[in-house]
Amino acid sequence: MDSATLLARITDYASRPNPYPLYAELREAGPVVPQADGSYLIGTYHHIAALLHDPRMSADPRTRGEMTHKPPFLRLDDPEHHRLRTLAMRPFGPPHSPGRVDGMRGEIDRITEALLEPFEAGHQVDIVDDFAYPLPVTVICRLLGVPHEDEPLFRAWSDAIVAAADVRPDDESAEPDKGGDQARMELGGYLLNLAEQRRGKPGEDMLSAFVNEPDPALRLTPEELAETAVLLLIAGHETTVNLIANGALTFLRQPEQLDRLRREPELLPRAVEELLRYEPPVHMRERIPHADMDIAGTPVPRGVPVILALASGNRDPQRFPDPDRFDPARQDNQHLGFGSGIHACYGGPLARLEAYAALGALLPHLATASLVQDPPPYRQNAMLRGPRHLPVRL
Amino acid sequence: MAGDLKDGLIVIVGASLAGLRAAEALREEGFTGSLTVVGDEPHAPYDRPPLSKQVLLGQATADTLELPMRRDPDAEWRLGVRATGVDLLAKRVLLADGDSLPYDRLLIATGTRARPWPNPEEGALDGVFTLRTREDGAGLAERLAARPERVLVIGGGFTGSEIASACRELGLAVTVAERGPAPLVGALGGTLSKLAAVMQRNHGVDLRTGVTVTALNGNGAFTGAQLSDGSRVEADVCVVALGAIRNVEWLAESGLAAGPRGIACDAGCRAFTMYGIVTDDVFVAGDVSRFPHPLFGYQMLSLEHWGNAVEQAAVAAHNMVNPGPLQRPHLALPVFWSTQFGLNIKSVGVPTYSDHVVIAQGSLEARRLAMVYGYQGRVTAAVTVDMAKALDYYRHLIETAAPFPPPPGAQDRAIAADIAIPSAVPDPSVLSHGPTVALTGHLPDRRLTVV
Repeated sequence: MDSATLLARITDYASRPNPYPLYAELREAGPVVPQADGSYLIGTYHHIAALLHDPRMSADPRTRGEMTHKPPFLRLDDPEHHRLRTLAMRPFGPPHSPGRVDGMRGEIDRITEALLEPFEAGHQVDIVDDFAYPLPVTVICRLLGVPHEDEPLFRAWSDAIVAAADVRPDDESAEPDKGGDQARMELGGYLLNLAEQRRGKPGEDMLSAFVNEPDPALRLTPEELAETAVLLLIAGHETTVNLIANGALTFLRQPEQLDRLRREPELLPRAVEELLRYEPPVHMRERIPHADMDIAGTPVPRGVPVILALASGNRDPQRFPDPDRFDPARQDNQHLGFGSGIHACYGGPLARLEAYAALGALLPHLATASLVQDPPPYRQNAMLRGPRHLPVRL
Repeated sequence: MAGDLKDGLIVIVGASLAGLRAAEALREEGFTGSLTVVGDEPHAPYDRPPLSKQVLLGQATADTLELPMRRDPDAEWRLGVRATGVDLLAKRVLLADGDSLPYDRLLIATGTRARPWPNPEEGALDGVFTLRTREDGAGLAERLAARPERVLVIGGGFTGSEIASACRELGLAVTVAERGPAPLVGALGGTLSKLAAVMQRNHGVDLRTGVTVTALNGNGAFTGAQLSDGSRVEADVCVVALGAIRNVEWLAESGLAAGPRGIACDAGCRAFTMYGIVTDDVFVAGDVSRFPHPLFGYQMLSLEHWGNAVEQAAVAAHNMVNPGPLQRPHLALPVFWSTQFGLNIKSVGVPTYSDHVVIAQGSLEARRLAMVYGYQGRVTAAVTVDMAKALDYYRHLIETAAPFPPPPGAQDRAIAADIAIPSAVPDPSVLSHGPTVALTGHLPDRRLTVV
């Protein structure tokens, strides 16, 4: 088929259960595959890795001329990206808060345990709604300082924002998606309001830390605080859910690997890395060249979207031997599951801890469980790919 | 034949980072024979970079730096005994205790030691230190913890600068005496050395450049030093940071190409004899080696880098137990890092192999930048200051011999990104310490005097 339609075919909802043959076609047609909508699609590991490190590649949608407000640091370039990410990191990770994520182990274990309590043999459960979604939401709410009761409220906003940020080939008949902007503003206002309530009476949470920063040079403006908090809340619960659900699905499809992990639980951290390679929560990222570039012999003009198919790079046989095999003991596994370069996943350490706790506790339940529906129904989103439901009989 | 290589007797002389990693790698490569590791220090292999950082700050103690083993190398450890020679014909390593060890293949990883103060009597004064070993680190840390009035650091290379940084972090007065025009100039060239000088002075270091120390004073205990400009520094602790000397003296009679720049070897880590003939049973790895690198004009490189010790040890071990066609070249790009005065400095490539530099990203004012080094129109090195994540891109440019200066379009692009200025890498002889990367030319150090 025509390689210029690859992005359209990948993002087609019908491809969601198994986009991997399309990724193979992409690598075959590549490395740089022009698309009908004018964008470029890249699916080979080494080219993706090089572009993720290339300072000429912008993450900012304004580089392709999109008229929008200033995005959060995920979609900003240096030096502004560096400033905001560094400020956001202060209450979350090293060097200022080195024990923060590790200190959440106990809490993550308790949340996991509570969620698994109703999991009894003979019951049918939905691994997504009953487990993989509530766990990271509870964790990110505690971390940020957002009341968990408000979950239905921000879930709606989050759905709209994520849908608007999805990678789709240009559809000229459609109106530009304004629902995302509206939701972003409302969620930002909600979080800013929560932060304001903590001004002067800080708790242990990150919103408190942001709003009570004593040094004016290290303080976020209200707009920056809102954007950053929105980003962390969404990233914190729209990605890890996929990692946990994809993990459960992969284990259920491969009982021999499930048995092995039960026998050798010390393999779990490596199995999670392998999941991040084999079924990553984030499949694609967009970049835009700041200058006219030559990418592997293909001229790519400035300002044009370049879609990096991270999930395809993870299955590139030029990088990973036997890439379509799930091998929980795989060596030399520098996958693209958390991206790479200056935008390498901010929450990666937290996601890893959550996945160890969640999948470790789930293993005994999965041993006697079976999939009710395979493939399960998937979320609409092609960029953040994962099951919408994962019904399982215990 | 391949089967034989996995068996037999292997001796590794040197029980630090390169020696340990080679021992582990030999077992990973399937070597099942007898393995002996000889080390002159009485300790199991330990990590040295923290000695000038965490140990001085009291965040770690010198006796907790043992290197983690990736696997048990199942070796006989001859620790606390010095190797005194090697008989290439009889294939034996001679030891200071009179013993000798037969080998089928030998790996030399004896590294370097601190260059001592040239006047032994002055160097023996109480309060005068060098910094290379666990004992050095423990002794200096103890002295700094006792809060001396002032510390004099002789030499503004990486080790000297890191020690000065630790002193300031501890709130101690410190003077740095550097013979060259600025600290770190030997490794990083003119522009970044000026930044280093500003950082030192901003952090309260009494930095003296263009001077040498002519005498250390004291009657039993160090009290101060005379400088070549006629001034005098009163201090009660002195750290001599004049670079390193390669531990090659024990090979003087061996017939190997061993000299002050190290032991010459080929890209496969096989040692040369003094006639320039490659051996096939003697290998070299780590700081003591001197090897050709295709990205730098096949110049022989001498590196004092943690990363090189690890990479080269792995290649040497592989080649020791694999036949010729399966052997690998040591092509790893030199990489090193330093933390000082709150800055993270990282380097890839060979900054001294350069004629010009540009600041490609960031700025000196922001104390956050990527400096790219070029030689005759191609990129040969990059150094980042608090911008380590930018380094992979420049590594790729070096590996692909990309044109210098790098192409436009970088985010956070410096205003001066197109203005190449001379890299101003000095002749090593104007430094008070050696550079940590030395281009040592094509010729062996030793002339053929023994025929």
